[in-house]
This record gives sequence, structure tokens and C-alpha cells, in this order.
Amino acid sequence: MTARIGVVTFPGSLDDRDTQRAIRLAGAEPVALWHKDKDLHQVDAVVLPGGFSYGDYLRAGAISRFSPVMETVIEQAKAGLPVLGICNGFQILTEAHLLPGGMLGNDHLHFICRDQKLRVENADTAWTVDYTSGQEIHIPLKNMDGRYVADEYTLDKLEAEGRVVFRYLARDGVANERGNPNGSLRDIAGITNEAGNVVGLMPHPEHAVEPLIGSGRTDGLPFFTSILKKLVNA
Amino acid sequence: MSRTPLDTVEHAAATPDVELPWAELGLKKDEYERVVEILGRRPTGAELAMYSVMWSEHCSYKSSKVHLRQFGEKAPQSDALLVGIGENAGVVDVGQGYAVTFKVESHNHPSYVEPYQGAATGVGGIVRDIIAMGARPVAVVDPLRFGAADHPDTKRVLPGVVAGIGGYGNCLGLPNIGGEVVFDACYQGNPLVNAGAIGVMRHEDIHLAKASGAGNKVILYGARTGGDGIGGASILASETFDDAKPSKRPAVQVGDPFQEKLLIECTLEAFKEKLVVGIQDLGAAGLSCATSELASNGSGGMRVTLDDVPLRDSTLSPEEILMSESQERMCAVVEPEKVDRFLEICDKWDVIATVIGEVTDGDRLEIYWHGGKIVDVDPRTVAHDGPVYERPYARPSWQDELQADDANKLPRPGTSAELRQQVLQLVSSPNQASKKWITSQYDHFVQGNTVLAQPEDSGMIRIDEETGLGVAIATDGNGRYAKLDPYAGAQLALSEAYRNVATTGAKPLAVSDCLNFGSPEDPAVMWQFAEAIRGLADACQQLGTPVTGGNVSLYNQTGEVAIHPTPVVAVLGVIDDVARRTPVAFQEEGQLLYLLGDTREEFGGSAWSQVVHDHLGGLPPKVDLERERLLAEILISASRDGMIDSAHDLSDGGLIQAVVESALLGGKGARLIVPDGLDAFTLLFSESAGRAVVAVPRSEELRFNDMCGARGLPATRIGVVDGDSVELQGEFELPLEELRTAHEETIPALLK
Repeated sequence: MTARIGVVTFPGSLDDRDTQRAIRLAGAEPVALWHKDKDLHQVDAVVLPGGFSYGDYLRAGAISRFSPVMETVIEQAKAGLPVLGICNGFQILTEAHLLPGGMLGNDHLHFICRDQKLRVENADTAWTVDYTSGQEIHIPLKNMDGRYVADEYTLDKLEAEGRVVFRYLARDGVANERGNPNGSLRDIAGITNEAGNVVGLMPHPEHAVEPLIGSGRTDGLPFFTSILKKLVNA
Repeated sequence: MSRTPLDTVEHAAATPDVELPWAELGLKKDEYERVVEILGRRPTGAELAMYSVMWSEHCSYKSSKVHLRQFGEKAPQSDALLVGIGENAGVVDVGQGYAVTFKVESHNHPSYVEPYQGAATGVGGIVRDIIAMGARPVAVVDPLRFGAADHPDTKRVLPGVVAGIGGYGNCLGLPNIGGEVVFDACYQGNPLVNAGAIGVMRHEDIHLAKASGAGNKVILYGARTGGDGIGGASILASETFDDAKPSKRPAVQVGDPFQEKLLIECTLEAFKEKLVVGIQDLGAAGLSCATSELASNGSGGMRVTLDDVPLRDSTLSPEEILMSESQERMCAVVEPEKVDRFLEICDKWDVIATVIGEVTDGDRLEIYWHGGKIVDVDPRTVAHDGPVYERPYARPSWQDELQADDANKLPRPGTSAELRQQVLQLVSSPNQASKKWITSQYDHFVQGNTVLAQPEDSGMIRIDEETGLGVAIATDGNGRYAKLDPYAGAQLALSEAYRNVATTGAKPLAVSDCLNFGSPEDPAVMWQFAEAIRGLADACQQLGTPVTGGNVSLYNQTGEVAIHPTPVVAVLGVIDDVARRTPVAFQEEGQLLYLLGDTREEFGGSAWSQVVHDHLGGLPPKVDLERERLLAEILISASRDGMIDSAHDLSDGGLIQAVVESALLGGKGARLIVPDGLDAFTLLFSESAGRAVVAVPRSEELRFNDMCGARGLPATRIGVVDGDSVELQGEFELPLEELRTAHEETIPALLK
């Protein structure tokens, strides 16, 4: 039996179907979860997908964090349920205090959509075991509020505990491009919690799972094979 | 404030002499008199509101109708067309049981007044047109025209428009896969913000805008109705801008993409359960349009209680409610026993839904307010029997002089250094420079089906994951060509979009258009319009691609100065397997570059003449539709059979522009030679139509040449993919890094 991975649809979620496809391509079974339903339907892991839940009104992720499904997600994440937050999902995870810090508007004040180069800093989390530490990958990035911020103490602690999972890098052969696409502190693109079961990142691995589609790379697929390996071997 | 007495139908009949503000609402005197004649009495205030918006140029096409007929009369036989002109959007059969709907519309005037909201609600409106056909929207495209790149107002308009398109479309989860950005001083006070969308459905899911079946309920759902956008269609989109008139900002609508996203999901879920008999989105002219169109397209009449419309502002008058263009609203006709389920789905998505009326077995549209009947009309007279004008048109006196000012006589570069310099000047000019600053503000990955997106020749979306079936779309329109010759200009717009679709490997199927022109009250503009339509209709007939729908935007002029005639043409194509698509970027060193088609000395309206000489004159490139068809067939066959690895259409900027783009995107240079019979300058800068440059793997060269030879398409070897520079043998060498800087830094620097 393969792993069942839930994907929550909030009002305004956009990449929920894409994430389900990525899960399927990795060989796991995607399960659609609804924001008004507290029941997680016995899934083995949960992905909070990208989008503009509640239109990002008030603050990205601030309203979704209070939805019924999140009560259960928060409770079970603390008990070890693997949770991945992508983009808006990452914003929801910080709003829910499952991950430290928060996201502000991009420093250049524009939405940015591009193929983003990243370095994998931690290949030991539930969602990254199929990468190698130091590996450089390309994953599409698309957001308006992607600037990761936290206080110095938190940032130092994240670094010391190896909880920075991804960092932004400049792509080769692109004129005058900054590696850091949004002013995120210490070039942080993604982080994990102390236990390593909760991971959040701004780039979109679900958009890099098929060679023909999107960025034309499959660098995002290991997210989904990682969790599958973790769950099936558990 | 009390409104006594209520202006009911009865009251109107009893008070024939009451003066109504028909002129303020944009009606002409004879139009008002016609309304009185139709009704046999003076209209009530509410009826006047409805007629004024529905008879506006924007909604009634009164100046363009007599010309637009040609799209129907000259429509080529096409098995692909499932729904033609007249519905919310046309529908095309793309095989395997799938149907695709697509359309381009304008949101020009609002976007000049309030760039962010104007552009945002343009996206919202076209997307609702697509949903209203029963389809899931899968992509958007945005053809844009702005004033001079270095004009201070462009810095206000462009960033606002781009942020508005991104802010709305990104939030809806629709990949933005194509479009164009063109700068020209003629668009200074009249930027063109056209928005296109594509939707996909199964054949059996096609829905139409009609209210049939007496007793069926009319449900208004989506956002509450507010005071925004009142008279947007009549006052804003149907008149020329004039400094003397008051600010038009209140006529621009305000968008809420989050609400629209809920509306999409909720509507599609209702379609899936087959709960909807007829559907119409609320766009221009709001409820006036939705009720009159639904009723006139159906079999019966309709009764509506306006008091039941959920309001954002309780002080709105019935006239304002009927005219409001508040966004994110739709109107569905639902059988009584299915109403509960429909409302349940709306509730699931937190969408407000209200039964506001029902279909009757009569033939009148009746609207009630506070118990009084304030509208009693034959809905056809509102929706379809608006005025039709045969506006006078005449070839402008300056046309001959313009065409005589031959661009082929302009001084050409005399030395290799000058040639090199002009190449750099071209690729760094605002129109030819990379638009990455703009397109990177649009999400092109969402939905996970994007195969190609700008700067590719056409955007391509996979619609079936199993079979790889996909659709491609390209939009093009060269106002400079159309100014020189509107008939040829419109045909060149179609030729280019058709070619762009074929260059990526897809077969062109159907056309949508957005016809942007100046004031129809100017005979010269009307002549441009008539010529462009005649050209486009003739060309569509010859290429076998029917026009499925579109939009006309007139009055794009400030004072006496009209924009260049700008017919923007969108071509939709289909590809059996997206794995066979051909990208623009050079893929492998050593591949051979072939120039397909004939290159002539054609510089009229060219990018070179604009960039180097700031010149517009002469004749546009020659149109050869049969050549376009042959070129398309070769490009599609070569893509299907794996004979080419990259291809790029040749259009504005000519061969050198195309080669530089392919080189920069692929990170691989090219060594070019001037073939026999051509000079370096003409090779690089000519804009002859019906051409493309392709990269052929050496192993395929023989087969590819044989195919072109057998079919009679000129194919000339002009070089090879190689190195880190673009080199023209014996003339110049341009390192990729130098080209990249020139090409990519222009737009960010201008908008800093």
C-alpha cells in the first residue's frame, strides 16, 4: 500500500491540483482535503499548497491559519505528521507558528515569476531525503510576499541547528540577476522545524516534476519521492 | 432622500413630458426618439438606463456592425467551429472530445484612467466570458500597447497595467502565456490593454446565454452590487477623451480576484452537476445586459425583482443597480427543483447567491422595484435591435503621401561597423528589447500544464495529460503596417499570428480579434476600420480559419489624434502531442540554420526604419497567404517528424532579431553567411512576411531539404548554431554577453 498524502484546498488555493499531480507522479496517492473539514481522513502527510488563500487579504496566510482543517494540522504536526507548506502554504505555516519567522512583500515590490536556482542545505528532513546536501537545483518561484524575515536570534538558531533547508542562488548565464529574488534574510528560501517533519519553502516544487512542462526540469520531484520513501520505510 | 413618485411604467405613461437625462447617459437625440417610438411612450428612468448602456457603442457595435457582418458572410467552411460569433465566446473542436473557447477583449479606456484596476478587471471580464461558455479557464494572454517608452506617463500607465494584470490573473491561478508589448507615441493618451483567455471543456459541457423554460429561476451570484463602474460602457468606452470633461474615475470598476476565483470554482461545480440551463456573466452594462440578453436569447420573457439584488450600498437607485458594472457577478437560469442544490454549492464556496426573478411564458422583460413595475420592454429591442450606423468613410487624403514616402529609400548602413551598431540599436530598442521585466510579473507555471510561454512564438498548454493533446495561441498586430495599409495590415496581423502558432508545431484552427481604432465619427478612421475588416475577413476565408468572436474598441483617440489602426488578431491552434512542440531557443551547437521563405527589400513600417530613422512611410510587406499556408504546413510536418529542433518566426526586426532571440534564449551563438542574391543589410533587417528561421540537426538536413524542395518552399542555408557570439561572416561579431546586456537592460532602465 502506498502513502496517502493530503492536499488542502483553501478558498483561493491555486496549486492544489498541481500538487496532487506531483504526488501521483511520485507514486503516492493524493487525497483532497477541504478547509472547512477538520478530518484529515487518515492521511500520512499533508501539503499546504500555493495560491492566494482568502485573497491574501489582511496578510498572506493570516486567515487560513484559523480554518477548521488547520486545527487538526497544527495538532498532528506537533505530534510528528509530515507537513509541507509551499509558498502560500509556507506563509500559513509561519502564521500558525509551526515554523518561525514570517514573510513580507518582496523588496522590489513586484510579483516575481522565474525559474529559481537553490542550494539544498539540509537533506535530512522528511521532505528532502532524496536530495543530497549541497545539491543545486532549479525550482520555479512565483510570489508577491516572499521575503523571509525573522529576528537575529531566530536566524542564528535556524543556522546553528541546520534548519535552513534551501537558500537562493543566482542562475548561471543570466545578466545582472541577484540570486536572492525578494530580499529574504540570509538568502533563506525554505526552513524546517526542530523535528524536521514540517518544511516550508517559497519556490514551487510541484511545478518542476515533468520534463516538458513549466520550467522543463524535474528538480522538484524528490520532494514527493522523499516523503514517500520516508513513509513507506517507516 | 426620497424619490417620489417612483418612475414606474404607469407613471411614465401618465407623464409624457418629463425631461430625461438621455444626453448625459450618452444617447443621441435620434436614439432617444427611437426608444420612445419602440415603447410607445417615454421610457422610465430605469428603461432609459438600460437602453443607454445597451445601445452604447461598446455594447451595441452600432458603428461596426455593418462591417463585422463580413466575418459571418465570408466565414470559411470549418468542421472545427462548434459555436460561432454572437455568444460570450466562440467554441472550437480540438479533437478527442475536447472543445476550446477563446476570446480577446479590450479594456483600453479604463486602463488609461486607472491603470491597475482597468487592466485587472479586463482580465476578470474575459475570464467570466470563458466560464460562461461552460469551460474551465486554462490560460490568459495580454496584447498591450503603450505610448513612447521614454514618456513620463508611460511610467505611470505601464507599471500599473502590468501589476493589475498580474495581481488579478495570478490570484485566479491562470498562467499568462502570451501577448505582446509595443510602444508607440500614437498610443500616448490611449494605451491599448487587450486581454485574451482560453478555456477547455468537453463537447457536452457547452453552455449558452439563454433563459428558457417558464418557471425557471434567475439566480444572481457572486459579489454584491455597488456603485462602481456605473456607465462604464456608455460613458467611458464610447466617447473620446477630452480634457474639458470631469474625471472619469468613478466609471472604472474595482476588481476582487479572490471573489472571481470562488466564482470560477463554484460555477464549474454547478456545471458538473448539470444544474444550469443558461448563463451569462455580468460585464459591460451589468444587469441590464445580463437580463436583456438572457431573455432575448431564450424562448420566453423574464420577471425580475430588483429589490432582491444584494447591494454593497443600500442607497443605490434602481437605475444605478441596472447600470452598475460591479465585477465578479454572474447570472444563471436554473430549474426550480435544482435551485436548492445550486445555492448549496454557492454556500460551499462562500459565494452569495440570490434568486432575483424567473423566466415567464410571455415575451416581455419586466423589472419591479418596491412593488412598482419600472421596466416593461421587449428584451430584443434592448439587446439586439440597437441603432445601426452606416458611418461615412473615405480614404484619407494623406494616405497617398504616406505610401509614397518610401522606406526602401532611407540611407542604409555603409560600413560593417555601422551595420553592427544598427543591430545593437535594434535589439536594444524598447519594442525589440526583452520584455522579461513585464512577463516575470505574471505567473506562467500555475495549473502545471504550460508547455510554452512568452517569449516563445506562441503560448502552449497541454489539455490532456494522457495523450499530450495541447492548444497554442498567439496574438499579433502591427499598427505601423496597418497605418500604411489597413487592408494589408490586418492580413499581416493574421499572417503573423498564424505563422507563430505553426512555428511552435501547432495547426492553426480559428481566430478571435480585438479591433482597436480611433473615432468612428471620423471618416478616415472609419475607412481604416472598414479596410481592416475587409482584409481580415478575406484572409480568414483564404486560410480557412473562421473568426469565432472578438471585440471592437473605438474612440481610441484624444482630441483629433487617433491611434494607429490596430487590429490585434489571436490565432488558436491544436497540437496532437505537446512533446513535439518546437521552441525558439537554439538547442545544440552544430545544427544548421535555414531561412525559409523569400526575402525581399521590404522596409516600410519596419522596426529598422523606426529605430534608426524614426520613419513611418511606404508600403508594408507583401501579403502572400498561400505562402503562409505552405510555410505553416512545412513547420508543422518538420516538428511532428523531428526534423527541426528550434524555430522562430520572422516579423518585426527581421532575421537578426529572431537569431539574437534564439541565441540568447538557448545560450548558444550563431555564425551566419549572406546567401547568394542578398546583401547583408536586407538579409538582416528586411521584414518580408511568410518566413521563419529553423535549426536543423545535420542528420535531418537531407530529409528536410527534400521536403521543402518537393513542396516548393524556398529554404536557404544561412549558417550554423555555434560559439558564444552572433557573427555575420566578413561583417561583424557580437558576443552574446554584449547582446544580452543590450537586449535585457532597456526595459528595466526605462521603468526604474
